[in-house]
Amino acid sequence: MKKDIIIAGVGGQGILSIAATIGTAALIGQLNMKQSEVHGMAQRGGAVQSHLRLSSEPILSDLVTKGKADMILSMEPMEALRYLPYLGQNGWIVTNAKPYENISNYPPLEEIYSEIRKYKNHLIIDADEVAKELNTSKSANIVLVGAAAQKLGLDFNLLEAALRQIFIAKGEDVVQANLAALHAGQDIARG
Amino acid sequence: MQKLLLLGDEAIAQGAIDAGMSGAYGYPGTPSTEIIEYIQRNKLALERKIHNQWSANEKTAMEEALGMSWAGKRAIVTMKHVGLNVAADAFVNSAISGANGGLLVVVADDPSQHSSQNEQDSRFYGKFALVPVLEPSNQQEAYEMAYSGFELSERLGSPIIIRITTRIAHSRSSVYTREKLPQNQIRLPKNREQFILLPSISRQRYQVLVNDQIRFELESDESAYNIFYPGKDKSWGIIATGIAYNYVMENFPDGCSFPILKISQYPYPTKKIRDFVNSCDQILVVEEGFPYVEEGLVGIMGNPKIHGKLDGYLPRTGELNPNYLAKALGLEDAEGPAVPSVLAARPPAMCPGCGHMDVFRAVNVVTQKYGDIRSFSDIGCYTLGAYAPFNSIETCIDMGASITMAKGAADAGIHPAIAVIGDSTFTHSGMTGLLDAITENTRMVLIISDNSAAAMTGGQFSPAKEEQLEKICLGLGVHPDHVRTIKPLPKSHQDFVQMLQEEVDYDGISVIVARRECVRIIDRRMSEKAAAKKKSE
Ligand SMILES: Cc1ncc(C[n+]2csc(CCOP(=O)(O)OP(=O)(O)O)c2C)c(N)n1
Repeated sequence: MKKDIIIAGVGGQGILSIAATIGTAALIGQLNMKQSEVHGMAQRGGAVQSHLRLSSEPILSDLVTKGKADMILSMEPMEALRYLPYLGQNGWIVTNAKPYENISNYPPLEEIYSEIRKYKNHLIIDADEVAKELNTSKSANIVLVGAAAQKLGLDFNLLEAALRQIFIAKGEDVVQANLAALHAGQDIARG
Repeated sequence: MQKLLLLGDEAIAQGAIDAGMSGAYGYPGTPSTEIIEYIQRNKLALERKIHNQWSANEKTAMEEALGMSWAGKRAIVTMKHVGLNVAADAFVNSAISGANGGLLVVVADDPSQHSSQNEQDSRFYGKFALVPVLEPSNQQEAYEMAYSGFELSERLGSPIIIRITTRIAHSRSSVYTREKLPQNQIRLPKNREQFILLPSISRQRYQVLVNDQIRFELESDESAYNIFYPGKDKSWGIIATGIAYNYVMENFPDGCSFPILKISQYPYPTKKIRDFVNSCDQILVVEEGFPYVEEGLVGIMGNPKIHGKLDGYLPRTGELNPNYLAKALGLEDAEGPAVPSVLAARPPAMCPGCGHMDVFRAVNVVTQKYGDIRSFSDIGCYTLGAYAPFNSIETCIDMGASITMAKGAADAGIHPAIAVIGDSTFTHSGMTGLLDAITENTRMVLIISDNSAAAMTGGQFSPAKEEQLEKICLGLGVHPDHVRTIKPLPKSHQDFVQMLQEEVDYDGISVIVARRECVRIIDRRMSEKAAAKKKSE
């Protein structure tokens, strides 16, 4: 088993929690993992990405090889496009639908969607809306984790255990809210 | 033994804690910051009262760590690559004095300049100062090098550089820990003169250091970090240093048929390298950073069988990645689809509500009257004032240079000469420059945009609290009428403009402290409070 994932977004959108959730699940499942993240300047509202690699074999490079990613998982639609050179031939693009418009020249949203739709393996989810309906608006990123995990064939028992481990200090209600977000994402991806 | 999931930075911190470190010193700087931050949170480190407070700058940090080493205890000092420029005087001379308690100088280079004003390769500092360098290729090695680095430092009597780069500093992987060692007791140097660098002593010490190079190289030759991996196909031999090794091997999931020499300890092992080069037809040298080993091999006379960054096999600037290696070795390399043209750049920006923006709004209004010269600035979040819509910055070179460049420009006849600096940068390297302006009563205005933190690197502690900045300026000798304070807010814009105009009109040095706390730190405090409240319920 080997999965290479690019997680994308804008500084402050919580992409590190996406990486932490999937990464923790991988560790619980005794998989090897490397996760490279962006700290520093770009976190001030700039484009940020994390390279997450999971494998049953030892992992060498901290970076995903361009053209080999199994998935681009993005908190923001335009950011999904930024990392296309990483996408492998049958790789998935799973992205939040909601734009983050902190620049004056943000392109027309329809043009962004139509670029994404050019790839047969794509899924655009309004994760913010789904999370809001569940009354857990902070968990939009976990909705995306659920959808991504479904497409990547990750083990949901491990993801549940990971969410429990990460959020237990904040209380059982927070754990439950995140589990609900995870499964909402899973259901959408199942179609 | 424990298995932990750690960033490379954190692995170094954990290794140093487990090896009985007594003090960590440093100044924040991407990508090194998380080393000290980890030590500030770590339970054992707190129990053992390991020193963990940020220093005023990298030079003070280096000297403090050296003081602890003098006393016989183990210390690390951490910084980003440009920080070593600031600490260089202390660092280079610490090679002459030598170390007593183990002393690790951890320097994080930032190829590709993700968060830096240049690319530097700190291995050159190792060569320059004649100090051994360790360069981990993964998180486990980072842990091991910190853990055993103290012992190496004590055995060789030398400070040791641990050189990391962004991708190892900020990449997380699992790390197995070792037995926790006790801290050293105080044990003064046997030779009580060795740290007194008077010429009569330092000449001897320098000779000792030069003689020691043979020992250091022997150490590298036998180092378990410098590994030869045989291969059948000798049409290529690959020399890979530190993390570059991973990018090579990523291209050979089923094993590499070419011989490989992995180097992670310097001075580089010349004998091992010579034998290796002689045994292969062509050599590819793969290094994250400058072509350091490659230059050694090519030399002035050139060597047609050596390939790497100097002859374009690999890019000279920026980080490496597995794709560059595939191209260099003529392997199949298929990148994914090109980025479509609709994609817009998304540079970092100041946060909504940030006080720095109010500073630049005032600067722009006042300077506009005189022409198109705006401000001499410095390094921190406020450097983002260089971008639209502000376009308020003429210069940003190194920490503290806003003040001294404004002074030089004022000396040249530029008026108004306005310097904009952050609070942490001011206490890092601004105070001495201000003294120059005071000595000559230079006609210029210094604005200290004080958000009470080192915000750019994540909101670390900044030493000047409350009115201390004003007191420092007064104490240095700025006239009390020209040390002024304002709270930068949209509603105080007019007052700010007027104050700045008055000081621009004054024929001498004046300081305006624009003080308003970083909005992110306020947010963080609020959410911590909310979390604490929730817990107590
Ligand atoms: C010599 C050196 N050390 C450290 C850094 C990293 N660094 C860049 S900005 C900064 C913090 C600046 O804080 P401050 O001046 O208060 O400005 P703020 O970011 O809070 O606006 C640091 C530590 C650097 N660029 N150069």
